[in-house]
Amino acid sequence: MKRFADLLELLALTPSRTRKIAALAQYFAEVPDPDRGLALAVLTGEMDISNVKPALLKQTVLAEVDETLFALSYDYVGDLGETIALIWPHHGQGELPRLKDLVALLNTTSKAELPGVIGDLLTQAAIHERWALIKLATGALRIGVSARLAKTALAEMSGVELQAVEEVWHGLKPPYTDLFAWLEGRAGRPEVDHTARFHPLMLSTPIEDSDFERLEPRDFALEWKWDGIRVQLVLGRNGASLFSRTGDDIAQSFPDVVEAAMGRAVLDGELLVGHDFEARSFNDLQQRLNRKVASAKQMAELPGFVRVYDMLFDGDEDIRALGWAARRARLEAWFAKNPQTRMDLSEVLGFASWDDVARLRRQGADEHGHEGVMIKLRTAPYVPGRPKGFWFKWKRDPNVVDAVLMYAQRGHGKRSSFYSDYTFGVWKGNEIVPIGKAYFGFTDEELKQLDRWIRANTLGSFGPVREVKKELVFEVAFDSAQASTRHKSGVALRFPRINRIRWDKPAHEAARLEDMDAFVG
Amino acid sequence: MNRTSSSDVVRIMVQPILNRDLYCPAIDAWIDPSTPKPRAIITHGHADHARSGHGAVLATPETIAIMKVRYGEDCAGRFEALRFGERLSMDQAVVSLHPAGHILGSAQVRIEAAGQRALVTGDYKRLPDRTAEAYEAVDCDLLVTEATFGLPVFQHPKPQDEIARLLKSVADQPERSHLVGCYALGKAQRVIALLRDAGWDRPIYLHGAMIRLCELYEELGVPLGELLPATGMPKAAMAGQIVIAPPSAIRDRWSRRFPDPVVCQASGWMSVKQRARQALVELPLVISDHCDWGELNSSILESGAGTVWVTHGREDALVYWCKTKGLEAEPLALPGLDDDGGEGGE
Repeated sequence: MKRFADLLELLALTPSRTRKIAALAQYFAEVPDPDRGLALAVLTGEMDISNVKPALLKQTVLAEVDETLFALSYDYVGDLGETIALIWPHHGQGELPRLKDLVALLNTTSKAELPGVIGDLLTQAAIHERWALIKLATGALRIGVSARLAKTALAEMSGVELQAVEEVWHGLKPPYTDLFAWLEGRAGRPEVDHTARFHPLMLSTPIEDSDFERLEPRDFALEWKWDGIRVQLVLGRNGASLFSRTGDDIAQSFPDVVEAAMGRAVLDGELLVGHDFEARSFNDLQQRLNRKVASAKQMAELPGFVRVYDMLFDGDEDIRALGWAARRARLEAWFAKNPQTRMDLSEVLGFASWDDVARLRRQGADEHGHEGVMIKLRTAPYVPGRPKGFWFKWKRDPNVVDAVLMYAQRGHGKRSSFYSDYTFGVWKGNEIVPIGKAYFGFTDEELKQLDRWIRANTLGSFGPVREVKKELVFEVAFDSAQASTRHKSGVALRFPRINRIRWDKPAHEAARLEDMDAFVG
Repeated sequence: MNRTSSSDVVRIMVQPILNRDLYCPAIDAWIDPSTPKPRAIITHGHADHARSGHGAVLATPETIAIMKVRYGEDCAGRFEALRFGERLSMDQAVVSLHPAGHILGSAQVRIEAAGQRALVTGDYKRLPDRTAEAYEAVDCDLLVTEATFGLPVFQHPKPQDEIARLLKSVADQPERSHLVGCYALGKAQRVIALLRDAGWDRPIYLHGAMIRLCELYEELGVPLGELLPATGMPKAAMAGQIVIAPPSAIRDRWSRRFPDPVVCQASGWMSVKQRARQALVELPLVISDHCDWGELNSSILESGAGTVWVTHGREDALVYWCKTKGLEAEPLALPGLDDDGGEGGE
């Protein structure tokens, strides 16, 4: 347990991602089964100790600590687990059991006896061990470590590709002894039922100008790039699941889509909302994504559907090794056999030359708001990850606006001594109102220049934030703009980034709020 | 019938030994006033207690030396040194200073007048520290205590254990510099002394803001070992070294001169992980120059005071606790006191 507590503390405090991964990899390599697997479950949010809830912990601590003093302390510290770790008044000399025994103890103790058992554990533990113990018991980690980071560390430790780890991950259960046996070469790859799990997605790379010269148009197929979210629909033996691109199951938010699906397959497509397969804006989709459980009203107003563009499994058959054209044929045949009400096929567009594609891309963006086009090699198998040369995306040109830097904030990690997060705005009458924030799009050299400029042109400091003279213009690129009630300007930008720093441009030539209307759609 | 003694009784009744702004009428002096006063008694040299511009200052010789270094020789009209334990009769009262254990020269102020004894602790700590005179428990009727760490979540660990964590981190990561954020007066010298006592005998590197105060500690008889300025060293030479700097410098441009620095901070606040994370501290060292909750509790009980005024920090919890022990207690809102008790950095 001490080892696990040390690991959690390091993960919570080390800003460097590389160092976090190294610490995780070392932990997984050195700690025996099943302890390391239980630790992995805690880190990936798969640990569930059902009887230990915040209310029970509070009851445990209030048996030993005055309620008023506890409330004042909790108010100050802000985190229940940490408050309990710090305030527990008894200090013993013992050592906490290893993870395996600890988890077993917490899982097998009756609810009535748990407060006493937890109290004894808190007394035995050092303060940072108490904190780890409570994190473990409640499952609420909140230390800035994602499941993906833990899996990246598994890949690092074993030399197995991250994709291969993700490929089996969703079929496995704690304490993952079969996974570790495979990663260490002591056993074969764990057998998992494909019909109940997520399969890592194939991703595209942006097309470069130089690509067009060497690529032959007739080797490629063309589709619209839809402005929704990428999903995987798994229609298995025991029902349907809907996964986001990172493998989170979002079926609960979209029961309308999941329940209407017919047949057996694993499909790749875009989740959209709208009646009769008329896709509404991303903003509308966002309203449904924000809700964990969909309301009847929302489902009536913004019905979900999936626009399918690829097939990974046809029934039980893995067809990922087939080329795109063969998979597409299987997909169309499957659709003909399994009529759907909340799924349609993504259209394959005809074209003869790259010029045709360029024209279509422009038209699609201007007339239908498509995000761009997808260009797919007809012979390409379905390869998880981001293989080169198979799928290209050609996004519509970004929107750009000249905005004025208003505030700068220090960054994190290796950027912590630089002002690297920028809030910028546009003119509204004689004042400047903020329209967004961006923290990338510039080189390290430009960051140094910006940092110098900000320090030399500061009007005031508010904690980590500096207000600067309204003199520096950024050309800000963004994907789209939406009306927003949260921003004073009434506009919010999607995916804003610094395109260029306009050292040359005077602030009074920056955009006006009226100019933004053209982008809000 | 004796008119004089009868009027004395009246005067004693209407005139308390100490006002709530820490003004003592019997000797016409303020303790740690935040604005210039004709007469001030200064508990210790931190900026939120010792200010320049007073007419006359009464303090320990060490505190006077610190004030002169920080604010200049003429930062007060007149200085009067009072050694620990000496009793000074002023007007109708007796004033004495007693070690507070907070930093070098830090004192608790006791005033005895008309059979009443008031004690103003200033900032204090009870753990042993060779850079400050050891805390002394003092009896009183009215206690004015600080409450910087006045919540039961503050249970300070042994500073030696924290230093061991620092030295382990240095040994584990020899390619990096360790920058330890410390308040320049008191904390810096204490951390250096703790490092020396733990066997660290290499040079310790100092930010410019630390140098003069470290020299002063040595002049006043606190040996700190070999100290070198941190600036002007080649970057590569700083790998594996320990640098002491004010908290504001370790995350700012100044830190870029060191190889892949580990940001450390020595402060009682560092026990709260969320605080350490917010401050971007990679290695928090829970080393405090103040009492923790348990020490505040025992100090209050040992003083024998029936009335407790609580100031300087988280007063609510300590006032509440005093009342559960049957003591009269109230919070004092003093102007100009730094909420972080000087531990948050200047």
